[in-house]
Amino acid sequence: MNIKILGSGCSNCAKLEKVVREAVADLGVVVEIEKVQDVAKIMSYGVMSTPALVIDEVVKLVGKVPNRARAVEILKQALPQ
Amino acid sequence: MLQMFADYVAYTLFGLLPDSHLGAAVDFFIYDTIKIFLMLGTIIFLVSLIRSFFPPERTKKILSRKREYVGNIMAALLGIVTPFCSCSAVPVFIGFVESGVPLGVTFSFLISSPMVNEVALIMLWGMFGWQIAAIYITTGITVAIVGGLVIGKLKLEHLVEGYVYDIKMGETELAALTWRERVEYAWEYVVDILKKVWPYVIIGIAIGGAMHGYAPADFLVKYAGKDNLLAVPLAVLIGVPLYSNAAGIIPIVHVLMEKGMALGTVLAFMMAVTALSLPEMIILRKVLKPKLLGIFVGIMTVAIIFVGYLFNGILA
Repeated sequence: MNIKILGSGCSNCAKLEKVVREAVADLGVVVEIEKVQDVAKIMSYGVMSTPALVIDEVVKLVGKVPNRARAVEILKQALPQ
Repeated sequence: MLQMFADYVAYTLFGLLPDSHLGAAVDFFIYDTIKIFLMLGTIIFLVSLIRSFFPPERTKKILSRKREYVGNIMAALLGIVTPFCSCSAVPVFIGFVESGVPLGVTFSFLISSPMVNEVALIMLWGMFGWQIAAIYITTGITVAIVGGLVIGKLKLEHLVEGYVYDIKMGETELAALTWRERVEYAWEYVVDILKKVWPYVIIGIAIGGAMHGYAPADFLVKYAGKDNLLAVPLAVLIGVPLYSNAAGIIPIVHVLMEKGMALGTVLAFMMAVTALSLPEMIILRKVLKPKLLGIFVGIMTVAIIFVGYLFNGILA
């Protein structure tokens, strides 16, 4: 699983990364977490409000930071069955 | 109800005298604090609920089919209901331009969005009454429409940083939110904003309360009354660096007004605080060449000063 955090260094982007890392630890899965800060790349996902969460190239969340439980839920749904 | 509670705490619980300066100041502080926080909570919640229907991706789609004039008006109105934080100014700007929203229309949105700031609005409402809040929104939208139109007429597309035009935006379809998600989103937003502004609000009300009890009436008429023509530009100048503290400044301004500061000066000051913020300028510099940024700031400054004089003139 590949996770991308889209956002050019705003405080919420750092928060999103932290929550996602916590959720990943909760689930005990092995994933790759990438930070995407380049505006052109962020926009290629059709995203205009940061931070955004992309899992395996699918945009899951835009413009907000989920709480830990919600992040776990999103990750679970995206896990291969 | 609130007044009774404030009276009870100030005069019965603390045993202060109703006709003393300290008693009046404490009473005013308790009453205003509760009132402002109740209003902030309720209105931010409602505004966020409405905003959950207008993500910038959707606003962009609506505006991309619009021309000048109609586009400027719609952009100024959508600026109110589209959630926007200056940290997203760059992607929003690029997204608009990329999807064919005219530059002037994009600016109408960029001006209106921060200017009609819900916290500033509620504070104005709570401290000055709904009429002033309504005047503030109306003039704010007008400035956004006119500012965007002027920038559109000047044909400044070449002053946008070149890379902006090279970016290709992807398409993404997000699932529609459920009502539960909207309510959650709105609630989180309320908590988020209140966490950020509460100290400023309380400090502002405390200073306001102290001045309410102590500063002599008419003390500002000489310096910030309608007859001092320098008051408006000076208020704008002071307002620019005071970005995130809008919430705390209004209670102080409220008392200044009671002591003789003119309404137009107050409006100009508020607009400078919300619409002309230094951090946002720095962010916008990433997509605008310095000349366009300068033109933008110039038009905004002139418009805001004009609003200030207009209201000081009307109410003279």
